[in-house]
Amino acid sequence: MNNIIEITSLRKSYGEIKAVNDISLSVNKGEMFGLVGPDGAGKTTMIRILCGLIIQESGNVKILDKNLSQSRKEIQKNIGYLSQKFSLYGDLSVDENIEFFAEIHNVKDYFKRRDELLEFSRLKSFRNRTAEKLSGGMKQKLALVCSLIHEPKILFLDEPTTGVDPVSRRDFWKILSKLLKDGITIFMSTPYLDEAERCNRVALMNTGKIIALDTPQKIKEKMDRQIIEIVCNPVRAAYQTIKKNTGFEVQMFGDRINVVVENYSSALSSIKKILTENKVRITDERIIPPSLENVFMHLIKDAE
Amino acid sequence: MNSIEVKNLTKKFGDFVSVDNISFNVKQAEIFGFLGANGAGKSTTIRMLCGILEPTFGDAVVGGHSVAKSPDSVKQNIGYMSQRFSLYNDMAVGENLEFFGGVYGLSNQKLNERKKWVLKIANLEGKENLLTGSLPGGIKQRLALGAAVIHQPDIVFLDEPTSGVDPISRRNFWELINELSSEGITVFVTTHYLEEAEFCNNIILIDAGRLIAEGNPKQLKTDYLKNSIYEIESDKVIEALELLEKQNFVVETSIFGNNIHISVEEKVNDLSRINKLCEEGGITIKRINKIVPTLEDVFIHLLGNEKIL
Repeated sequence: MNNIIEITSLRKSYGEIKAVNDISLSVNKGEMFGLVGPDGAGKTTMIRILCGLIIQESGNVKILDKNLSQSRKEIQKNIGYLSQKFSLYGDLSVDENIEFFAEIHNVKDYFKRRDELLEFSRLKSFRNRTAEKLSGGMKQKLALVCSLIHEPKILFLDEPTTGVDPVSRRDFWKILSKLLKDGITIFMSTPYLDEAERCNRVALMNTGKIIALDTPQKIKEKMDRQIIEIVCNPVRAAYQTIKKNTGFEVQMFGDRINVVVENYSSALSSIKKILTENKVRITDERIIPPSLENVFMHLIKDAE
Repeated sequence: MNSIEVKNLTKKFGDFVSVDNISFNVKQAEIFGFLGANGAGKSTTIRMLCGILEPTFGDAVVGGHSVAKSPDSVKQNIGYMSQRFSLYNDMAVGENLEFFGGVYGLSNQKLNERKKWVLKIANLEGKENLLTGSLPGGIKQRLALGAAVIHQPDIVFLDEPTSGVDPISRRNFWELINELSSEGITVFVTTHYLEEAEFCNNIILIDAGRLIAEGNPKQLKTDYLKNSIYEIESDKVIEALELLEKQNFVVETSIFGNNIHISVEEKVNDLSRINKLCEEGGITIKRINKIVPTLEDVFIHLLGNEKIL
């Protein structure tokens, strides 16, 4: 069994809104799969369907070789789910929160597993603290631990790092790396494209549809545009000039601008000309590899 | 010209030193990034700079006014927006703006003029009767920023303005920040997303109340990060990670899709060592590249690995 999740022609609407609009994809065993898209793209609906929390209108989902609509309970025993707003009990201790999740999942001998998980998430020294007294990053780790107590084969994470500081985020990613090492499959949604770079494969989702699906590297390679980075002064004038006088997409950074073009050589000379005319001094220019964010913006604009 | 001058600013709560003797300047019209982990003292500093909290020692001159001596003048001349408090969801767009304009004592004529301006930058022209709560997140964010500068302050403080905002809205929001800055407004912004810090002209990083790094994004990456970061593509990702994380010269490892990233000590510049190690472990390295560190790498490095424990 290579495909641990197989989705065929999945649809779900809320009134006029097609939250999930005819999506088919499969996830390989042991991979980190990223579902990336803006708010309202349908990411959460998709994850909730896969976890058996809401039911699709049409289409088919197979998880661990079983049909979701026929074997929901059995599949749920083998998956973990971490929602955007993790549901911890603030007045229960770390240990008690885990115990509660163990009981929900009917895990009898969870003591050893709990110790292992606390060790591995470095929460052991806080085990008697109530959840409400934990920092944001620790709460998130505890929620993750709770979703792992029944040793799931697949872990679903819905925007797990929103609002978490960079140090805790890095820590969280270390833990996910360890899970991948243990062979767990991770299906994650995120609005952050730098996080998508950490996935084996990424599906870019917009208005209920998948607009690209591949490894981050291949998605970037497929972009038929080039990015020119221009270090110049004054940057703001450069940005405004490009924005007002050309059709190019442009983004401004502290001391440079990035311009998305179709053809490097012809575009560059016209850009240089117009910048010079507007009294912008160019110190350096080069082609840079597109980021996933560049590709994403571009694909969404094309789709519109 | 400096828009903000901070000198020996200190705040103690009992024995706890939240902000510990920090000094820095912010130039007029620049986008200034203020970074630090949770609990580093960011909010306390911002509150002092906004004239809401009195410093224990030191002072800051914000838009020409001392926060220690004339906090009320400071408050009149700045704008403030946070992810938490911004707009009243149960009021119409126009009502929110009238409320904010009223708080800052704008005259009717001025208020109308400024209302029009905010509606324009928020892409809400002709929609002032819409209920604020019904707006999409990205638009609400722009409206909140517009409301924060309705009284045309010289300086605006943005406290994690983009937390939980999707990439497209975030990009639009930063365009708006750039517009404000090009109109001469100084933008002081905190964020948890370090790729956003790349948009700033200058940045400071604080930890445990102390200033630990400052400079533009490029300087931070070259001056503060001595370790090198490599991206390695191999036939066995997990095995390569397990092997390399055991080596003393490897400071940090992480999985990046089908590749791994390792951070190695400065003195290690001999890649053949990595190649040889992997080869002996039966791992074939397909590609190994030195990569440009991100600001996040710098940040994690400066805060020390013990913080990640």
